[in-house]
Amino acid sequence: MRSRAEILGLAALGLGGLALLFGLPHVVEIFALVDITVFVILSTLALSLALVWGFGGILCFGQSAFFGLGGYAYAIAVLNMGESTVPVLLGILLPMLFAALLGYFMFWGRVSDVYLAVITLTVSLIFFHLVNSTSGPEYRIGSAPLGGANGIPGVPQINVPGDPGRQLGFDEMFQLAMAVLLLTYFGLRWLLASHFGRVVVSIRENELRAELLGYDARRYKLAVFVIGAGIAGVAGVLFANWGSFIGPNVFSIFFTAQIIIWIMVGGLGTLGGAVIGTVIIQFLTTWLGETKIADTNLVLGVIFVLFVLLVPNGLQPMLRDLFGGWAARRAVARTGKGAP
Amino acid sequence: MDFAAIVLIQVLYAIASLALISVGLAIIFGMMKVINFAHGEFLMLGGYAVILPVQAGVNLWIAMLIIAPLAVGLFGMIVERVIIRPLYGRVIETVLATWGLSLFLIGAASEIFGYFQEGTSPPLGSIAIGAYREGVYTFFVIFIAAAVMAGVYLFLKRTRFGLVALGTMQNPDMAAALGVDTGKVYALTFGLGAALTGLAGAVLAPISGVVPIIGITYIAKAFITVICGGAMALSGTAAASVLFGTVNQVVTFLSTPIIGEVALLVAAIILLRLLPAGITGRFFRSGL
Repeated sequence: MRSRAEILGLAALGLGGLALLFGLPHVVEIFALVDITVFVILSTLALSLALVWGFGGILCFGQSAFFGLGGYAYAIAVLNMGESTVPVLLGILLPMLFAALLGYFMFWGRVSDVYLAVITLTVSLIFFHLVNSTSGPEYRIGSAPLGGANGIPGVPQINVPGDPGRQLGFDEMFQLAMAVLLLTYFGLRWLLASHFGRVVVSIRENELRAELLGYDARRYKLAVFVIGAGIAGVAGVLFANWGSFIGPNVFSIFFTAQIIIWIMVGGLGTLGGAVIGTVIIQFLTTWLGETKIADTNLVLGVIFVLFVLLVPNGLQPMLRDLFGGWAARRAVARTGKGAP
Repeated sequence: MDFAAIVLIQVLYAIASLALISVGLAIIFGMMKVINFAHGEFLMLGGYAVILPVQAGVNLWIAMLIIAPLAVGLFGMIVERVIIRPLYGRVIETVLATWGLSLFLIGAASEIFGYFQEGTSPPLGSIAIGAYREGVYTFFVIFIAAAVMAGVYLFLKRTRFGLVALGTMQNPDMAAALGVDTGKVYALTFGLGAALTGLAGAVLAPISGVVPIIGITYIAKAFITVICGGAMALSGTAAASVLFGTVNQVVTFLSTPIIGEVALLVAAIILLRLLPAGITGRFFRSGL
C-alpha cells in the first residue's frame, strides 16, 4: 500500500517533469537547453547505477563500460546504416548482452563486493585501453573508423523512425532525453515496488536468507545487472547524439569515478538522490572547468572523501527531511518506514 | 639464443615490476581486506619523491632507496589516521574514501607540479647480450623486486613485529584478546605498505617518468594482481605476478604492449571466475 503523501509526491513529480519537458524549450535559450540536455542524459546514467548498486547491492565500478558500449554501438551502427532506429536498439541491446555475459561470469562464480568492484572497473579499463589503441585507419567497423584516442566525431543524430532526412533538433533532443529520464525514473519506481523489486532489495539486505526462502539470488542479480546495463546503454546512445561524438574517455577511471560520486552525493539507495547528485556535481564540474578556480579532480576528490566520512547517506535524505518533513514523518508514523 | 635470453630477461622484468607495484597494496589488503584505491597515487608520489630531490642535487640512490619510501610511508600513516581509521571495519566505505583521496592527489599534483612529464634518465648504462643491448637498470629492478619480497618475508617471519602483524592478519580478535594493540599494528602495516609502494614508484620513475596521472597506468594491473593473489599477501602476489607477468610479456612479444595488457586483464578475470578466492584461496595455503 502506498501512502497518500507518497502518491501525491509522485504525481507532483510527474507533472513537474512533464512541465519541464514541454515548457523548458520555450523558456530558455538553445544554448542553455543544450547544457541542460547533458545533465538529463547523465542523470539517466546515474539512475542505472542507483538501481544496480543502491537497490541491487551490486558494487559495480564499471557502469561506464555499458554507457560507452551503448554510445559506441550506436555511433558505429548509425554511421554504417544512415538510419537511426536499428542503431538505437543496438545501443541498448549490446550493453545488455555484454552485461548478461559478464554477470553470468561473476554471479555464478559467486564473486562479490570488492572483487566484483575491481573486475567491473577492470572491464571498463580494458575497453579504455582497447579503444585507445585503435587510432590507425585500419581499425574500422564497416565504414566507421574507430578513431582511437580521438574518438568518433560527426555521429549522425537520431531521426524520426523510417525518415533519415528528418533528424531531431536541439529542443526535440532535450525532449527525448527528458522523456527517457522520466520513463526510467517511473519505470524503476514501478519495478522496485513490484514483487521482483522487493526480492531484489531483500537479496541486498540478506542474500543467504533470500536464498533460504527459495529465491535464486544469482538470477535476480543478473536481471538487475542487465536492466541497469540497458539503461546505461540508452544514456550512452543519447550522449553520443548530444555532442555528435563518442570517445574513449567514457571508459576512463575518471568518468566511472564521477558516476560513483553522483550516487554518493545524492544518496545511495535512492533514485531521486542520483538525479540530484548528478545535477549538483555536473554544475560544479562545468563551473570549475569554465572558471579554472581549482583543479576539478582535486575538488571532486575532497567532496568524495567528505561525503563518505561525514554525509554517508547523501543529500536526498537530508533534503527530504527539510522539505518533506511533515509528509515524510506522517508516512513513517503510519507505515514504520520512509519513502524509497 | 641471444633473442631467447632477451625474451627471458623481459619476462623476468615484467614479473618483477608487477610484483614491485603490487606488494605494498597486497600487504594492506592482506591485513585490512581493503583495496587502497589511492595506490596508484602513492606510486606517483614515490616517483616525485625521487625526481624532485634528484633535480635539487641529491644523490639518485639516496633519493630512491631512502627518501621516497620514508616520505610515502609517513604520508601513508597520516592517511591511515585521517581517512582509514574512522571507517574501520567498513570495507566498501574505505574503498570509496581512498578513491576520493586518489582523485584529490591527482588534482593536487596537477596544481603543484603541473601536467608536464618529469624524468631522470635510467642510470647504470647498458650491456651487450650477443647482438642486443639491455639496460643494466633492468637487472637492478629485478634485483630490487627479489630483495623486497625476501625482505618482507624475513620481516614477517623473523621479527617480533612481523609475527604480531601476521597474527593480527589471521585473527584480529584473538590478537586483540592477547593484548596486541591492533590499531597500532594496522597503522604501521599501512605505513609499511605505503613505504614499499613509494619505493616501487621511485624505482620505476627513471624508466617511465612521472606525471600526475601516472598512477592510473599501474592500478588496474596492481589491483588485479593482488585480488587474484588472494588472502596470502606475499605468496599470492608472487604467484599472480609470475602468471600475469608471463602472460603480459609473451603476448606483448606476439602483438603489441596494449594487447599484452589486455591479455593480462582478461586472464585475470577468467582466473577469478575459476578461483573466486584467488590463487592462494586454493593453492599455497600454508604460504605467507
